Amino acid sequence: MIEGIPIQHFLIVSTLMFFIGICGFIIRRNLITILMAVELILNSVNINFVIFNRYLYPDQLQGHFFAIFVVGIAAAEASVAIALIINIYRKLKNIDVENVNELKF
Amino acid sequence: MSFNVIMFYLFSAMILVFSFMSITTRRILRAAVYLLFVLIATAGLYFLLQYQFMAAVQLTLYAGGIVVLIIFSILLTHHISHRFKHPDITKLIMGVSVAVIGSGITIYTILTYPFQTSTVAEMPATMENIGTQLLGTEKNGYVLPFELISILLLAAMVAAIIIAKKEKNKNSEI
Repeated sequence: MIEGIPIQHFLIVSTLMFFIGICGFIIRRNLITILMAVELILNSVNINFVIFNRYLYPDQLQGHFFAIFVVGIAAAEASVAIALIINIYRKLKNIDVENVNELKF
Repeated sequence: MSFNVIMFYLFSAMILVFSFMSITTRRILRAAVYLLFVLIATAGLYFLLQYQFMAAVQLTLYAGGIVVLIIFSILLTHHISHRFKHPDITKLIMGVSVAVIGSGITIYTILTYPFQTSTVAEMPATMENIGTQLLGTEKNGYVLPFELISILLLAAMVAAIIIAKKEKNKNSEI
């Protein structure tokens, strides 16, 4: 742990970051910016894992490993999502969420 | 006030300011660059906590990989000078109210919960510890999620190639 910084300060930072991500997820229309909001959310959850590991259970590395796995899952999710976005752009010439329901058939 | 504390508040301010700017800016390329700054500041927090490997993973995978992927997809799908319209007022109200109510409840819970900060000896996150635990099969071994995530990454790679591949049939309008 870091001397002089209580755990609550870290948790408040990650909470605010999480809800900024949620807010961006709701107010944005463009698929890529929605993806960026999801990255913000995943990143704040990662901070939480690492902080709980370092402050509450420093004799283990569990939170550290789960944060690494979350980073890997985020990479997989981003690559598949961007492939989908590029495919949608080829079909619709536009990547706003309102138009994606045209893919239904 | 020690230097650690100053750096913590600097990184926290960077994270909050740039994540806010990343979701409010009207130019998409700037949003991606602000996201990059957020991720770098997060790596700085990991360095402060002495998880050097985690910080390196954050810098290479997130700041190096995902942001470059996002910027490439922006360049493929947008004009540089494209500006977003302002969001709908109902969506704006809904998003801001969800964020304010949710963060209020969560911060209240955090501030009232009695966290018991542990004082046992820290296990240093050296490469040796990480390597033996990541591939260990006994207690505190993480070989099963490691293998699962390797299968997931392979599946995601195959899926991304198949989805993004151009269709070859003659009837397609591309």
